[in-house]
Amino acid sequence: MRDMFEETAERVLGDLVTPETLVAAESGAWPEALWSAVEENGLGLAAAPEALGGVGGSWHDAFVLVRAAGRHAAPVPLAETILVNWLLGLAGLDAAPGAATLAVGPGRLVDDVFSGTLADVPWGGQAGHVLTRSEDSFVLLSCADAKSTAALNTAREPRDTLVFAEARPVAAAPVPVHFPPDALLLGGAMIRSAQIAGGLGRLLDTAIDYANQRVQFGRPIGKFQAIQHQLAVLAEQTALASAAAEMAFASSARGPCPEAIAAAKSVASEAAGQGAAIAHAVLGAIGFTYEHVLHFTTRRLWSWRSEFGSQAVWAQDIGRRLCRQGESGLWAAIIATAPASASKG
Amino acid sequence: MRLTDFAFAPIPEAAETLRGEVRAFLSREMRDIPPVVRADSWMGYDTAFSRKLGAAGLIGITMPKRFGGREAGAFARYVVSEELLAAGAPVSAHWIADRQSAPLLLHFGTPAQQERYIPGIVRGETCFCIGMSEPNAGSDLASIGSRAVREREGWVLNGRKIWTTNAHRSQYMIALVRTGGGGDDRHGGMSQFVIDLAAPGVTVRPIRDLSGGEHFNEIFFDDVALDGEALIGTEGKGWAQVMAELAFERSGPERFLSSMTLLHTLVEEVGAEPDALQAFHIGRIGARIVALRAMSLSVTAQLDRGGDPTWAASCVKDIGTALEQELPEIAQLLSAGEPRVDSGSDHEQVLAYLTQLAPSFSLRGGTREILRGILARGLGLR
Repeated sequence: MRDMFEETAERVLGDLVTPETLVAAESGAWPEALWSAVEENGLGLAAAPEALGGVGGSWHDAFVLVRAAGRHAAPVPLAETILVNWLLGLAGLDAAPGAATLAVGPGRLVDDVFSGTLADVPWGGQAGHVLTRSEDSFVLLSCADAKSTAALNTAREPRDTLVFAEARPVAAAPVPVHFPPDALLLGGAMIRSAQIAGGLGRLLDTAIDYANQRVQFGRPIGKFQAIQHQLAVLAEQTALASAAAEMAFASSARGPCPEAIAAAKSVASEAAGQGAAIAHAVLGAIGFTYEHVLHFTTRRLWSWRSEFGSQAVWAQDIGRRLCRQGESGLWAAIIATAPASASKG
Repeated sequence: MRLTDFAFAPIPEAAETLRGEVRAFLSREMRDIPPVVRADSWMGYDTAFSRKLGAAGLIGITMPKRFGGREAGAFARYVVSEELLAAGAPVSAHWIADRQSAPLLLHFGTPAQQERYIPGIVRGETCFCIGMSEPNAGSDLASIGSRAVREREGWVLNGRKIWTTNAHRSQYMIALVRTGGGGDDRHGGMSQFVIDLAAPGVTVRPIRDLSGGEHFNEIFFDDVALDGEALIGTEGKGWAQVMAELAFERSGPERFLSSMTLLHTLVEEVGAEPDALQAFHIGRIGARIVALRAMSLSVTAQLDRGGDPTWAASCVKDIGTALEQELPEIAQLLSAGEPRVDSGSDHEQVLAYLTQLAPSFSLRGGTREILRGILARGLGLR
């Protein structure tokens, strides 16, 4: 299903995420045509089980969709919707209709009503539903039931605050018992890792094209070793982020895998900063203009690397775990991150 | 598929089952090896250890059964390799033969060559070295000048090789030398030969490295007679054969695990409750090892499928050696211990050893600059 997902995503997002769409989204317009196409192709339902209204793809296969969402800088909560519907499926709940998002919290479900202030909610003011957690329960709420305060990340993507006061959930179910306590934070970190990998791939393509076309000192600047080596590093960082993010998805078949996701977000967040810096160095002044498309990706990378935990947050998480396990458990801890084929499913 | 994709490749169950076998072997045979010796890892030369590993059937496991191998796949070899490296096992006496020479002979060698060399490699008894660099041909490998000239049934070799790891304790070298003019093709006219290092006319002179150790050598060939069976593969196709071989050399776990002993002693030194800076750096290194391992496994899958992972292997090596070079920098930053030679704690000795070894990581097997050139070519910039 992986190839089909990738092909569909490239077609839909490639056609519809135009510079005009991106500019309009930055001023708050909801890209209706884009989202309709996403829904018609079932992209947001990719990893939800068929019995619960989804497409029935594996979470590992959904990786290519989330990476493509990043690659195209899709100005809609596509990655979030894929994640939320997958988590709902694992909790035995029906997929959410329309655009969905997630909130790490805090909030509380008491006597079947939910109250809380949910900050940093991607597209909180525009999505239909938000998935959050109250103690041992996943709670799906209608965003329309909240008082929404707008906030924007560096790419002017909505990161809103939703205030719920005794709202009745659309659905609720126990968090699967084997899930880690910070499953939503981990889920968010996982999708951002894949989006960063996609964004870096876009930067690489853009920078290579530019380096092959821009002539200075009588030859394309891509013929200069100083430029070649910078682009080699950008390619390395792209590869590292992509491999780490895909491993996180592959390791999370039954629920977010803390060790693999921490590694992925730590590596991807570092790569995001380095990659953006290289792309801007290669593109020179034109890449610093609003007119050129480069910033649609670099401004996203500058926020995505911080969202759902920065490099330091996750690196420290890993470091504390490795030190706690001590010298004798170090290697086992490192290899436990990637599943062998036997342990899938 | 984009070049940067490195699709996730899980270790097949059959290969994974080898892990227990390797660990059982290591817990028996590594009991008395101290950390400062473990820090040598794939530079650590111990013929007795290699023979025991061979007797346990853990060398040349991808080789055909008729040569003593297990006919296992690339992932099985990967599992064995990473367990040996993670434990800091002294694998140098068989490492190059197992990684490069045996697969090269299996791929390009004649049945007689295979019969003659591979069983000894699999038993852990035969040590090979790889003769590539020359005094005037380092990164610019295509400018080598050593030359084998046809004479009767065989060849006569003259020239020099340098920086050859383990030549002073190997029985054989596989060397890339000139056999003809390249013409317009810089990479033409080169061939690979097996050279018996005990043959008349071969002189091996160890070169002390900056730490005082002797790992690499200069080798002189003065009218060395090679029989017709010494040529590996096709005359004039040596360059292409070497490039295929380099993918094995550049993508394996030794490109990011050869400093593991320092991570072990650092974690022990720091203890169970790291401060924020220690936790950050140790975790950052751990995350990068995890990501590099995923990349390296992806290259292993490409090798297993018979693909050409030259670009991907160069990518793994460049990121991996950068990580290995960072580790001593970070270790000295995070702990109070100072580097010590022939004195001090385990951690202090390992730190001193790897700090001094680190510059070589991005030189051997292709420099950082050469690798980035390969990457740039793959990206369509050259």
